Amino acid sequence: MFRYIVRRLVTMVPMMVVISILCFTVIKLQPGDFTTQFLTDPRITPEQVAQIRERLGLDQPPAIQYLTWVKGILTRGDFGYSFAYKRPVQELIWERMGWTVAVAGATIIFSWAVAIPIGIYSATHKYSFVDYLLTFIGFIGVSIPSFFLALVLMYLSLSLGGTAVGGLFSQQYIGAPWSWGRLLDLLRHLWIPIIAIGLSGTAGLIRLMRGSLLDVLGTQYITTAKGKGLSQRVVIYKHAVRNAINPLISVFGMQLPELISGTIIASIVLNLPTMGPFFYDALINSDQYLVMTFLMLSAFLMLIGNLLADILLALTDPRIRYE
Amino acid sequence: MATEMKSLSQTQLIMRRFKAHRLGVIGAVVLGFMYLLVIFAPFVSPSDYLEQRRNFVNHPPTPLRFVDHEGNFSSRPFVYGTSRTRDPITLEVFWVENTDLKYPLYFLVRGSTYSFLGMESNLHLFGLDQNSGGQFFLFGTDRFGRDLFARILFGGRVTLSVGVFGIVLSFAIGVTMGGISGYYGGVIDNLIQRLIELLRSFPRIPLWLALSMILPASWSSVQVYFGVVTILAFLDWTGIARVVRGQFLNLRSKEFVEAAKALGVSDGAIIGRHILPNIMSYLIVTATLNFPGMIIGESSISFLGLGIKEPMTSWGLLLKDAQSMDVLLRQTWLIIPGIFIFISVLAFNFMGDALRDAFDPYA
Repeated sequence: MFRYIVRRLVTMVPMMVVISILCFTVIKLQPGDFTTQFLTDPRITPEQVAQIRERLGLDQPPAIQYLTWVKGILTRGDFGYSFAYKRPVQELIWERMGWTVAVAGATIIFSWAVAIPIGIYSATHKYSFVDYLLTFIGFIGVSIPSFFLALVLMYLSLSLGGTAVGGLFSQQYIGAPWSWGRLLDLLRHLWIPIIAIGLSGTAGLIRLMRGSLLDVLGTQYITTAKGKGLSQRVVIYKHAVRNAINPLISVFGMQLPELISGTIIASIVLNLPTMGPFFYDALINSDQYLVMTFLMLSAFLMLIGNLLADILLALTDPRIRYE
Repeated sequence: MATEMKSLSQTQLIMRRFKAHRLGVIGAVVLGFMYLLVIFAPFVSPSDYLEQRRNFVNHPPTPLRFVDHEGNFSSRPFVYGTSRTRDPITLEVFWVENTDLKYPLYFLVRGSTYSFLGMESNLHLFGLDQNSGGQFFLFGTDRFGRDLFARILFGGRVTLSVGVFGIVLSFAIGVTMGGISGYYGGVIDNLIQRLIELLRSFPRIPLWLALSMILPASWSSVQVYFGVVTILAFLDWTGIARVVRGQFLNLRSKEFVEAAKALGVSDGAIIGRHILPNIMSYLIVTATLNFPGMIIGESSISFLGLGIKEPMTSWGLLLKDAQSMDVLLRQTWLIIPGIFIFISVLAFNFMGDALRDAFDPYA
């Protein structure tokens, strides 16, 4: 197992190299760069723009820019410099990492806490009215785009007189030290992002759990367990659910990367202090190293998520062995 | 006495199984209706989607009435004229109905001129008498006084056709790449597989956004439209290529393919006549299930202002206007385009699910 993990980690290196080249190419294919916005600014002369370009290294050929950037990462752990914020990229990303992981984590907890019981109920009450209803709701959850759902929830909350809409804190708590009031305020704000971001994943998990449990319930060892007189509860929770949950574990590893990159748009709508809106601004500003680092980070998280899913699967299912 | 046994063809069996899937049938009907609406958009919409009405900015949806203010019922629906007023204290603008001005609604009326399939016409499915001076906004107007209903119909043309073109392009690439990979194998297979792995290790949405930044600002709406289609297809084909490759690998060692090879049939003919028909059902199901991704992709990019650009419009671009809390509270009707995105995605999901069950002989 250990050797397997090491091998997987090693193969990630060339992958990341190719990914970084691809990312850089995509960025360089964009018309204009960070200084393009200054060209229309009457206060800045074209000579000054040329100077800024020179200072930022944008006058160099793309290949040199890329190699300089890679060299910085390898020798100094330096992911470059944000033109717009005039600060190192890794600092900026770290600052937003906390809330990003917090919101994503809360969403993951929500979706599992909701999806597993509902999935079990749906499977054990197959073709009942509630099962049909839940399947239908699941379809709706998968079909509703998160940014639209965010708008609808914001509207509902606002029209019912709610004030905790947009952002994660009310005005008076932004930057305030932690207190019970601040925590409560956070929770009052958090439910909209959690539902808006988490509903489609939850719906997917419910369908997966239902299908998987139905498969397991049809197997012979379950019939045996029932035949020897075990109670329904023991058969389902001790025998069936434990096996049925396996396919979901592979989903688990991919959830964090999905949540970080898949929710950019909903986060912009909800004005969350997470990485999504930050990436969008960087993209609009052609803040190239910030965009690069974010793209690389999300690709890296995808690779790690894949690996994590495989490891978790091997840990929970003794039939799976990697050699 | 010989009895005639009637057997059902494969297609009939599939149709029968599909029809048993109630939600799938509903999805198909809804989609059929939507596509008809947007194809005949100029005829269905009572007005021109680009016409700006300075006196009717941010007008809420006009209520359609059957009973007038005195309680008289008329079988012909009508609308009241509206006028803009301002709250003397808050200065908030709102519209009041003027019950003296009553405009009946007619089917098949003459209105603004449009060209459709090369024909000039001014016939509209419904509307007010164009000389009466009344205005009828089914879904209200936007901040330029443009009729939202008309804009949704024309925006739907873009959103729903991006799906069609995107799927066609993505399948063309996916089937070709997957086919080559599976049919020939070897080095070329390896290369294509690595490329697919690479593209799949990217999170979709950030890459969509980064790619849509490439489209130059100087491009016309039509060029941007095809740019968006290309971006969506570029990230979508890998899934198809993977499964097509699997199917090719499987089929290429089957007896009927071996036989065709022994008879000297060319590679192209083997692929086109013997292999592709066998994976057709799979392709149809995948196409249907990939539609939602395309629609959401286009909407997402346009919603952020990186996709479709004016004067063209799409459901995502229309929904962009509803982003602020202020608009949500005061011009709630601007959220309606989102309902159209949602319903079309839902309908495609229902239909795709039903098709998958219908094509699967073991279901």
